[in-house]
Amino acid sequence: MKRIKWSRIYFGFILVLMYLPIFYLIYYSFSSGHNMDHFEKFTFSHYQDLFNDNRLLAIFLETILLALLSSLIATIIGTFGAIAISQTKNKKGRKTLLALNNVLMVSPDVIIGASFLIFFTFLGIGLGFGSVLLSHIAFSIPIVVLMVLPRLKEFDYSLVDAARDLGASTWQVYSKVMIPAITPGILAGFFMALTYSLDDFAVTFFVTGNGFSTLSVEIYSRARQGINLEINALSTIMFIFVMILVLIYYVITNHKTHIGKGRAQ
Amino acid sequence: MKKSKLFFLIPYVLWLSLFVIAPIILITINAFKGEDGFTLKNFQQFFVNGTFLRMTLNSFWYAFLITLITLLISYPIAYILSQMKNQQFWLLLIILPTWINLLLKAYAFIGIFSKHGLLNNFLKLFGIAPANILFTDFAFIFVAAYIEIPFMILPIYNAICDINPAVIQAAYDLGASKWQTFIKVLWPLSKSGVESGIQAVFIPSLSLFMLTRLIGGNRVITLGTAIEEYFMTTMNWSMGSTIGVVLIVLMVIVMLFTSSDHHKKKEIKL
Amino acid sequence: MKKLLIGITAILLVCLGLEVGAKKLNDNGISSNNKNLIIYNWGDYIDPKLIKKFEKQTGYHVIYETFDSNEAMYTKIKQGGTAYDICVPSDYMISKMRKANLLDEIDTKKIPNYKNIGSEFLHHSFDPKNTYSVPYFWGTLGIVYNDKFVKPGQIKHWNDLWSKDYRHNILLVDSARDIMGLSLASMGKSLNTTNTLDLKLAKTKLDGLGPNVKAIISDELKMYMIQNEAAVGVTWSGEARTMLNDNKHLHYVVPPEGSNLWFDNFVIPRTVKNKAGAYAFINFMLDPKNAAQNAEYIGYATPNVKAQKLLPKEIRNDKQFYPSEQAMKNLEVYRDLGPKKIQEYNDLFLEFKMYGR
Repeated sequence: MKRIKWSRIYFGFILVLMYLPIFYLIYYSFSSGHNMDHFEKFTFSHYQDLFNDNRLLAIFLETILLALLSSLIATIIGTFGAIAISQTKNKKGRKTLLALNNVLMVSPDVIIGASFLIFFTFLGIGLGFGSVLLSHIAFSIPIVVLMVLPRLKEFDYSLVDAARDLGASTWQVYSKVMIPAITPGILAGFFMALTYSLDDFAVTFFVTGNGFSTLSVEIYSRARQGINLEINALSTIMFIFVMILVLIYYVITNHKTHIGKGRAQ
Repeated sequence: MKKSKLFFLIPYVLWLSLFVIAPIILITINAFKGEDGFTLKNFQQFFVNGTFLRMTLNSFWYAFLITLITLLISYPIAYILSQMKNQQFWLLLIILPTWINLLLKAYAFIGIFSKHGLLNNFLKLFGIAPANILFTDFAFIFVAAYIEIPFMILPIYNAICDINPAVIQAAYDLGASKWQTFIKVLWPLSKSGVESGIQAVFIPSLSLFMLTRLIGGNRVITLGTAIEEYFMTTMNWSMGSTIGVVLIVLMVIVMLFTSSDHHKKKEIKL
Repeated sequence: MKKLLIGITAILLVCLGLEVGAKKLNDNGISSNNKNLIIYNWGDYIDPKLIKKFEKQTGYHVIYETFDSNEAMYTKIKQGGTAYDICVPSDYMISKMRKANLLDEIDTKKIPNYKNIGSEFLHHSFDPKNTYSVPYFWGTLGIVYNDKFVKPGQIKHWNDLWSKDYRHNILLVDSARDIMGLSLASMGKSLNTTNTLDLKLAKTKLDGLGPNVKAIISDELKMYMIQNEAAVGVTWSGEARTMLNDNKHLHYVVPPEGSNLWFDNFVIPRTVKNKAGAYAFINFMLDPKNAAQNAEYIGYATPNVKAQKLLPKEIRNDKQFYPSEQAMKNLEVYRDLGPKKIQEYNDLFLEFKMYGR
């Protein structure tokens, strides 16, 4: 009994630690001072500044747009890739595909960024939204593949044969049998891709330009100019936004599993 | 079926060749590019000039420390989590901070670690303030570990969840102590999760170039910082690519090593 | 499957909404027939009010992007995927960009306010005829110290930085030429030396400074000095000016044995899309009133003689920031030493950063 308590305390401590910086930022976003040393007066002025800062708001929206769009495309290509890999009967070919898939997973961001920069320069592709979008899609695909593959492994291929025997077309086999079975993997892949994209700094830093900037890059350049409580206000907004997103995700997935369970029973 | 297979394969292979193979080839070409064509000068500089080797070792050392600390903190968390009620909820709570932008968290630590910041105010209670915290190794490793923890917890937790609870119960029933159960049952069975966790943490740790800058004050130079400096600051792309190629080669070695290992294990199990 | 397709459509719709929203925010308040003017400048290097004023006066929509080092800026422009209309590099970088054929010629006739610039700020070696650049700000490199930790008068020369009193207490600006330069100046050498031996000696001497160095950073140096995070900082005069304004305990010294005199100039990159806008902007910024307002906001010294007269006396007569002609004699403008030499500077500085502690 005692041991469990200790473990709870440890768990709680780490959890507090995980949120400490975030709440620290949020706390000072309401301070009328200019730094994060001591709280002065309660104010909303930093939020007013933030909502008047069109550039930052636009970057905020564009960052989300980028994340959604890149994750969506990456999820589609990645799911296709996973299906293709799982259908590759040739052991060597499969191994090669998997190894290549993992290259971007294990490569440090800096190398991905640098090599993409060389790549875009080589092709003469201008730096901006396009290059950043392509990069985000590119580095999100492998994680989608990895999230979908295990589901495909569990997938019972005799179902495909059964469906065929019942006269299903290829399209029907995929859309009615296989895709529903691997949907949890696809969703997980999508959300992982979203996380990767929202969290990325290094790759974007290398391949951005022409006025396009993501939140990470913008915060990096602002953080280097010193503490600005407008950024704190932004963190509060981000935090609330993430909470809402997670809530939606939580509801959707819970809903799904309930349905799944209902069917199984 | 064949046609549909191609339909799935083509976009994927297109991506592979454009964004995996082509960049690697280009970075390799760049690494060997001198003023007039092919040259080995950069590699010579890398391996003969002690600075680079030292920096590489240093970088690995920091990444190792970060990974180790992250693992030590995360494993118990993953285990505790797997024993809890409402696991999905708590797991979500742990992953949630990763959705807050990395840079925002780094920025928070600038405030927390500064001379009159939160931590020093806390230390003041014990009369040891103001301590220099920002721009020290401690600060760098702490923040890096902080950022990586969820990425370590997740795979370990998944691996632990995959373990059949009956196995652990069996170990207890056979009279194994908690420690024995951990060493003989839990650890080996969750090892794959630990491995992927290490992979997920160690390699990014080599490339945290903005942390070395914001939190480490450029007093810590990792391979990532060096590549960034060569690409963005000194514009010596070929030297930057050289460091990149060396890193890639190291990565491939590690990857081949671990993946072949896996297969062997699986074959034995089967 | 159906649900997935619905999900995809929903995401695409959200994306569309976001795009529209971002577009709206970007051209907020400005009629749509106007062209964009993309400015690529150092962080926090212009009074934002002036940008607003310019937008109002001319109707151009300004996109203001920042860089944190000349080199980073050069990389992005050289890479070619960018289309900046105005850019503000420093002296040696202008010469480098000129040689790399990245700059467009500037027709000064199209800039009526060009005449406001003092002659001593024109025709320097990096752009002898000012065919490619128009001075924006100028200044020096020096030492800022905090009299809470350092007695006034204790730091006068570069060599004083090596004192054991400042263990882990010095902030350096992250710039190869400047830090190598301070070491060279402390040895009585030229800041433009091409002598490899001198450079190696300078680097060895710098290694000795390592234990004193707390961090090597750029823009944020300002904030840390203001917050008393460190006793000493090596930085540029304009940065120092801002710090002095915000923290009474800070003082600025330019070591008399030699230091850097630098210029940041407007240039128009080859990739310019809105040349008329670029000219209008340069002219706007050279207007005495605007230049004075900007100089007061940024704190750097303006080369605009008419604007100087509009500045408050205590700023205008401050010898640390507007040094006398006599003092300026020991200051050197960085020359472009060619890629090979610059590489040597950079590599040595990087080596210092890698294990100079």
